[in-house]
Amino acid sequence: MPLNRRQIAWRAAQDLKDGAYVNLGIGLPTLVADFIPTDREIVLHSENGVLGVGPAPSDNEVDWDLINAGKQPITLVTGGSYVHHTDSFLMIRGGHLDLALLGAFEVSEKGDLANWTTDDPGFPPGVGGAMDLAVGAKEIRVLVEHTTKGGAPRIRRRCQYPLTAAAVVRRIYTDLAVIDVTAEGLVVRELVEDFELAALQARTEAALHPAPDLKALRTPVL
Amino acid sequence: MIDKRVRSLVEAVAGIPDGATILCAGFGGAGLPDALCEAVIKQGARDLTVVANNAGTGRTGLAALLAAGRVRRIICSFPRSSGSVVFEELYAAGRIELELVPQGIISERMRCAAAGLGGFYSPVSVGTRLAEGKEHREIDGRMHVLEKPLKGDVALLSAERGDRWGNLTYRKSARNFNPTMAMAADLSVVQVRRIVELGELDPEMIVTPGIFIDRIVEVPR
Repeated sequence: MPLNRRQIAWRAAQDLKDGAYVNLGIGLPTLVADFIPTDREIVLHSENGVLGVGPAPSDNEVDWDLINAGKQPITLVTGGSYVHHTDSFLMIRGGHLDLALLGAFEVSEKGDLANWTTDDPGFPPGVGGAMDLAVGAKEIRVLVEHTTKGGAPRIRRRCQYPLTAAAVVRRIYTDLAVIDVTAEGLVVRELVEDFELAALQARTEAALHPAPDLKALRTPVL
Repeated sequence: MIDKRVRSLVEAVAGIPDGATILCAGFGGAGLPDALCEAVIKQGARDLTVVANNAGTGRTGLAALLAAGRVRRIICSFPRSSGSVVFEELYAAGRIELELVPQGIISERMRCAAAGLGGFYSPVSVGTRLAEGKEHREIDGRMHVLEKPLKGDVALLSAERGDRWGNLTYRKSARNFNPTMAMAADLSVVQVRRIVELGELDPEMIVTPGIFIDRIVEVPR
């Protein structure tokens, strides 16, 4: 069974290291905040100048001076702080973040990332902080549905859409698999149960290689 | 005596010329100088270039200035966000020019102008469409592109509290672009929720010192 979006986020959250400073991109990656293992202290960064993003506020706690990069109201954790934009991006570009979890339209087998424009003429492009994050964080991982709604593969030999950055993605979490981008190509670390590698390959344009210790991708019901 | 307080929004935005480049702070609605944006409509300046992270939300604030047809060109990182209806209409009709700049590069380019520097080399956007036409240079084995300073004629700002010297404090994530834009324009104008007596702001808490501010107007919440 393919994972739902919350399960993809849960799986990505399991890999977060205690003490890490992490940026969560807009959309699917934002859900990761709900699944951080309770035995770890993770500091979440939001590019609009929040270090220590806390859970969503209750309705009567909403404060529109305190929002995340997706412009949703948030809270601040104990120990959190505010900085202005230039310092927030200094944290991003200067390699001070351990990890950025980002969404994507496409990822290539070389780890190229396309997540800022689909060149739809009716749709003005927006880059936001994506390019700064993609080259600045120490590590980039992507959360993405394995195929588009129309069934087209999102993991490709080369990205069809304009790049955000070249050769930056190290790990991809999808609804079907956990895949590492390595010098030898894409290595499947985990695959959902009752799903054959050949079926995964059929949904992936780039060549996949099973890890010698390929594991089942299991998550709780969420 | 230094007194940067002005009594009205009309005074706050007086003298902005046609064709001016306006730095407009805020991230979404947080820290957006909405009252100053709307005052510019009455003031009458047109053919403006606006530098902002987003291109307005709903029909008030920056969106109202766009809707009034005063903005020829917008330089921003993320024009399309929920509620950016006015921008989307203008863009679809070909009535506004868009220059897209990565978010951290916009703010660093303004910081550069503020600091009197001629530009900087950045690895952001290398290998992408946004690097086309820019000078490339390899530094310590990594490719960079030259980014030039970005200076405003006017900065429109929003802060929490301020005094007659123009010292400012901010609240939570409404700080965002305000401190950088305050330093990067010839004329920096701020709307604050409350003007307090000189000396009332704890010097340790002042984020923008008054040297960067020219006019301050109180706009209660």
